[in-house]
Amino acid sequence: MTDRRKGSIREAAIEIRGIEKTYRIGDERVRALRGVDLRINRGEFVAIMGASGSGKSTLMNILGCLDKPTRGEYRLAGKPTHKMGAGALAKVRNEEIGFIFQSFELLGRATALKNVMLPMVYSAHHMFTAKGRAKDALTKVGLGDRMGHKPNQLSGGQRQRVAVARALVNDPAILLADEPTGNLDTKTTVEIIELFKALHDQGQTIIIVTHEEDVAGHAERIVRLRDGKIISDNKTAEDPVHRDWVEMIASGMGASSVPAPATPKEEEPAEVTP
Amino acid sequence: MTRVILAPVRLFIQTVLLALGQVWVNKVRAFLTALGIIIGTGSVIGVIGGLTGMEKFVLNTFDSAIGVRRVVIWGQVPRELRSVMSWEDAKITEAEADLLIANSETIDVLTPVCNQSLPVGYRRESRSGVSVIGVRPAWHETEDRTTILGRPIRQSDIDEKLPICLINEEAIEELRLPRDPVGENLTVDGRRFLIVGVLETKDVPEGFGGGEARTELIIPFSTSKSMNPYTSTRLDAMITSPDVAEEAKAEITAILRAARNLRGEDEDTFGMWVAQNEIGNFNAVAGVIGFIAVAVVSISLLVGGIGIMNIMLVSVSERTREIGLRKAVGAKGAVVLLQFLVEAIVLCLVGGGIGLAIGFGLVEVFRNAFDLEFASVPTWAIILSLASAASVGVIAGMFPAIKAARLDPINALRHE
Repeated sequence: MTDRRKGSIREAAIEIRGIEKTYRIGDERVRALRGVDLRINRGEFVAIMGASGSGKSTLMNILGCLDKPTRGEYRLAGKPTHKMGAGALAKVRNEEIGFIFQSFELLGRATALKNVMLPMVYSAHHMFTAKGRAKDALTKVGLGDRMGHKPNQLSGGQRQRVAVARALVNDPAILLADEPTGNLDTKTTVEIIELFKALHDQGQTIIIVTHEEDVAGHAERIVRLRDGKIISDNKTAEDPVHRDWVEMIASGMGASSVPAPATPKEEEPAEVTP
Repeated sequence: MTRVILAPVRLFIQTVLLALGQVWVNKVRAFLTALGIIIGTGSVIGVIGGLTGMEKFVLNTFDSAIGVRRVVIWGQVPRELRSVMSWEDAKITEAEADLLIANSETIDVLTPVCNQSLPVGYRRESRSGVSVIGVRPAWHETEDRTTILGRPIRQSDIDEKLPICLINEEAIEELRLPRDPVGENLTVDGRRFLIVGVLETKDVPEGFGGGEARTELIIPFSTSKSMNPYTSTRLDAMITSPDVAEEAKAEITAILRAARNLRGEDEDTFGMWVAQNEIGNFNAVAGVIGFIAVAVVSISLLVGGIGIMNIMLVSVSERTREIGLRKAVGAKGAVVLLQFLVEAIVLCLVGGGIGLAIGFGLVEVFRNAFDLEFASVPTWAIILSLASAASVGVIAGMFPAIKAARLDPINALRHE
C-alpha cells in the first residue's frame, strides 16, 4: 500500500475559504479572523507567523479542529470539517492531526511509550499493533532507548521528541506545531527543527505556528497574519521580512538584538468592535 | 471487524486501569475520601451479619425449646358468652383430639395433654405440687424427648389405664431414688405408680421457661383422666411444616367449629397458639432493626458521596490540562465522562471492598466475643453493599464527570 501522506504535491492537505471567526466577550463582538483563504498542499512545510493579536492562535485552533469557524469552509484531507459535529471532529483530530505543543503536554506518570500510545487509545485503528507503532515512532524520533522513561527522567528536547512521536503515531495528514521550540534552549531548538526537516523530507506535511524568525526560516513557506487577515504568503527565500532579518543577522547585529517577545504564549483578539 | 467490537472493551479496561492507577497514586487522599463509604459499608455488613446471627440464634433456640411446627389448642369461653357458658362446656375432649388426628392433613402428630399438680413420694421423701402430666405416646414426638432408661409411654398403657410413669432426671435427685429407678414405685396422690422409664433432660434456655428444672412425672393420659376427670385438657400438635401454619390454623378451626356446631357469626369456643406466628413477630422486630440500620448507613453513604464528589471536582480541576490533551488527541466527550465516572465508581468500590473486609471482621468479633456463633454475612448483603457503593459513585461522580466532558480543549490546554 502506498503512503497516502506522500501524495502528489498538487493534492491539498488543507483548503480554507473565507474563514471568519467572531468571539463574543460579554456584550462585545471580537473579530479574530476576518476572511482567511489558505491552501496547503501535501508534503509542504509551512510556518504561520504573526504578532500577538494577529489571529494566528485562532487560526491554529481552527486548523486543529479544536474550534469551529463562524463562517467559511475548511477541508482537511478533503473532509469538510466545517460541516462536522463534535464527535466527528474528535475523530478527525485523532486520525488526521498530530498536535505538538509548546509545553509538550505529556502525561507525567506515564512512560514515553504509554504517552505515544495515547492517541491510539481513542481509536479502533491499529488496536493490535499499537505498541509496535508507538515503538516505531519513538525510534523514528531517536528515542528508541528511552521508551520506558517517564517525562521527569527526560530532558526538554527529549520530551518534545516524545510529543512528536505521539503526534506521528496515527499517521496524520498534518503535523500541527504550536510554538514547538518555545520552551527549549538554542541547542535543543536546532535538534527539534532538524527532526521536523527530516520528517518533511519523508513527505510529512508540517505546519508550525511561531513568532521566531529563525525557526520559521527552516520552513519552505511563510504565511504572515495581521489583524485577522493574511498579509503575506511567500516562499521563505522570497519573503521580504525574512530576507531583511537574515541580512540583519549577517551584518553582525547578532541574534541577541532580534526582538523576541517575552511572553509569546498568547495572542488575544485582533480588534474590538463595539 | 473484531477490532470494532473489541475497541470499546479495550477502552473500558484501559479506563478502569487508569482509574485504579489514579487511586493508587493518591492513596492517602483516596482513603480519606472513601472513609464515608468504608464506614457505611462496614457498618451495614456488621449490622446485617449480627442480625443474621441473632435471628438464627433465636430461631434455633425457639425450635429446640418449643418447635417451630408447634400448635397448641385449648378450650376457651368467648368474652361475650361468659355469663351463659361455663368453661366445662368449652373443654377440649379426647374425641376432638381423635377427630383432628383423623381429619387434619396439616397435623403431623398430636397428643392431648392434661397437667395436674399433685403430691409425690418415695419412701420417706415427698414433694408436694409436682407437675404430673397425662399424655399419649405421641407426646414423645411433639416434645422430641425419648427415654434414656426403661421404655416410653405405649398405647397399651393408655388402653389399660396403667398406673405407670416416666420421671425426669431431676426426680432422681429430689426424691433420692436409686441411680436406676426403673421398677421402683412412687406414690402419686396416694396411689402407687411404677416407674417404667427415665426421660432425658431437655436443655431449655431461661427465656423459654427453662433454667429451673424440677421434678416431672409423665403418666398415661387415660390414667390421668381416671384420677381426676375435671382437669382441663389441651392439645399439643406438630404440623407437617412451618410453611403450612396458616393453612393448619384454618383447617383446625374448621374441624373444631364443625364438631362444636358453631356457625356463622358464632365466636370460637377454643383458643389456638401457633409458633410460626411468634417467629413472624420476631422477624418483624428484626426487620425494623435492619431498616433503622440501613437508614443510618444511608446517611453515612450520603456523606461519603459528598466527599467523593468533592474530590472528583478537585481531580477534574487538577487534571484540566490532561483533559485538554486527551480531547485534542481525539477523546470524545463521552469517553472523558466515562473516565471520570469510572474513577468515582472505582474509588467507591475500593472503599466498599475495604468496608466489606471491616464488616467481615466485625462479624468475626460478634461470633467470638458475643457468642453469636451463627453470625454470618449473606450473599445478598455483599451484593447490596457493593451495589450501593457503586451507585454512590455514579451519583457523586456524574456532576464532576459532566464538567470534565464539557471542558473546552483550547481553554483546558491553557489552564495553569
